Amino acid sequence: MSISMPMPASAATPARTARTLIEIDRLNLYYGDFHALKNVSLDIPERAVTAFIGPSGCGKSTLLRSLNRMNDLIPGTRIEGRIAIAGTDIYSPEVDVETLRKKVGMVFQQPNPFPKSIYDNVAYGPRLHGIRKKSRLDEIVESSLKAAALWDEVKDHLKRSALSLSGGQQQRLCIARALAVEPDILLMDEATSALDPISTLKIEELVQQLKDRYTIVMVTHNMHQAARVSNQTVFFLNGEVVESADTEQLFAGPSDSRTEDYISGRFG
Amino acid sequence: MNLLQGGNRHQIARRRKIDFCLHLLFAAATSVGVIALCALLIDIIIDGISRLQPGLFENFPSRRAERAGMKSAIVGSMYMLCIMLPISFVLGVGAAIWLEEYAGKNRFTRLIQLNISTLAGVPSIVYGILGLTLFVRLLMLQRSLLAGALTMTILVLPIIIVSAQEALRAVPKSRRDASYALGANRWQTVSRAVLPSALPGILTGVILAMSRAIGETAPLIMIGALTYVAFLPKHMLDQFTVMPIQIYNWLSRPQPEFHELAAAGIIVLLAMLLLMNFAAILLRNKFSKIS
Ligand SMILES: Nc1ncnc2c1ncn2[C@@H]1O[C@H](COP(=O)(O)OP(=O)(O)OP(=O)(O)O)[C@@H](O)[C@H]1O
Ligand SMILES: [Mg+2]
Repeated sequence: MSISMPMPASAATPARTARTLIEIDRLNLYYGDFHALKNVSLDIPERAVTAFIGPSGCGKSTLLRSLNRMNDLIPGTRIEGRIAIAGTDIYSPEVDVETLRKKVGMVFQQPNPFPKSIYDNVAYGPRLHGIRKKSRLDEIVESSLKAAALWDEVKDHLKRSALSLSGGQQQRLCIARALAVEPDILLMDEATSALDPISTLKIEELVQQLKDRYTIVMVTHNMHQAARVSNQTVFFLNGEVVESADTEQLFAGPSDSRTEDYISGRFG
Repeated sequence: MNLLQGGNRHQIARRRKIDFCLHLLFAAATSVGVIALCALLIDIIIDGISRLQPGLFENFPSRRAERAGMKSAIVGSMYMLCIMLPISFVLGVGAAIWLEEYAGKNRFTRLIQLNISTLAGVPSIVYGILGLTLFVRLLMLQRSLLAGALTMTILVLPIIIVSAQEALRAVPKSRRDASYALGANRWQTVSRAVLPSALPGILTGVILAMSRAIGETAPLIMIGALTYVAFLPKHMLDQFTVMPIQIYNWLSRPQPEFHELAAAGIIVLLAMLLLMNFAAILLRNKFSKIS
């Protein structure tokens, strides 16, 4: 067994003990005629970091977007199977999509702040959900920015345009914005791929802090990142889950040869 | 050094020559337009400058040129704009929002889209005929300010819809995604994440549409806006006239004094158009700065 990458020194506590929060059961997703997710079954533990890895186009983002039903916005998608969060099927008619998305926050690959002030960016979500009181909004903005490790850098110019921040700061602002609506789950789709190494490191540290309070699912192309920050790693290939295991275990001794080929850089 | 020897000098010289000739050609093409416009402006200013006096704005039209002014026409144009602006804004922007943000992309919406694009190119006299049938006769609004404003609203609607659609389309999808992902519904997303970014572009289109309306003559002649109005319209069902009609009327008289008045009227109209286009450019610049 030869693995060409350094092993994580501090892969966090095993996810074994954690309770399953998201259950994905025989999920099939089609974009028109294209079968993008094939019979995906997967359990995602609560208050832990789950990493999705796999070559480009294998369906990682598609599965991530199924978890907060952002796929509903793409015309022609069809979904079969079941995704349950805390026991509730999120595709059942009783589920209100807006409430679901409030509970399942998302951070995108490219930082996408609104062309508004830093304050208004973070307050956007709470305002959507009816919070009007200035003092309450102030509290939320402060606590969210603190949780996203951005408060110290921006606390003196909250009225400044969010577009004046650096890329890494913008991405942390987007995380703060997602946290401001008090989600339980945070989805991150290659959230650091547009950032420099130092900003990436900051966000990885942030993820480590956040996992005590949130269930985090992240897509990454960076094997080291998956090894460093996640508890569970899921390897995808052509719309299928090839292997899902404890991160340490998956990187130390993958049970599937395709996983091994991928993580040792032989394809993908 | 190879770098200096590799090229075929002859070929390079030829390419430069072609480039230079084309440059001249394009400059000439531009100057034709600019010179024609300047000639027109100078001609009009020479004719009209002596008549550009307070009387022009204070007097009603008159049979005697020295007492004639275009007060009723200026006020009529202004009133018409004031009625048109809110109606065409709501209808035009509403339609654009529906088409861009709500309607799916199916055969029906494609048909509507094709229709709107076609309507933008229909000759304005056709709108006059429509206005005459629909507003003047059918809705019995007579030859009123309201009938004129509604006709013009229909005339500019396609322009507003198309430009508002473009402004909405220019807002990146990632901004909508950000809003939806926070649990916003469609209207919240449109009103809070999309419209603020699109608004300058939308307003630019609206202003340009208004400047089109202020210069349109044919449809208003068609619905029978009067050429001689010696009073200000008091309410929306009064008869009215507008600036281009007054100018047209003056031009069609034999006496040269009236032609000078017409030239002065054209200067006023052009100044207004210039002002509106300038406002549109300011908005456009602001737009490119924030997004
Ligand atoms: N809106 C769409 N319409 C049609 N097909 C799509 C759409 N989005 C994605 N696909 C297809 O679905 C497959 C999975 O796409 P997805 O974006 O989930 O891949 P990914 O694993 O996230 O890739 P990457 O690592 O490049 O982001 C791809 O083959 C892609 O072409
Ligand atoms: Mg992706």
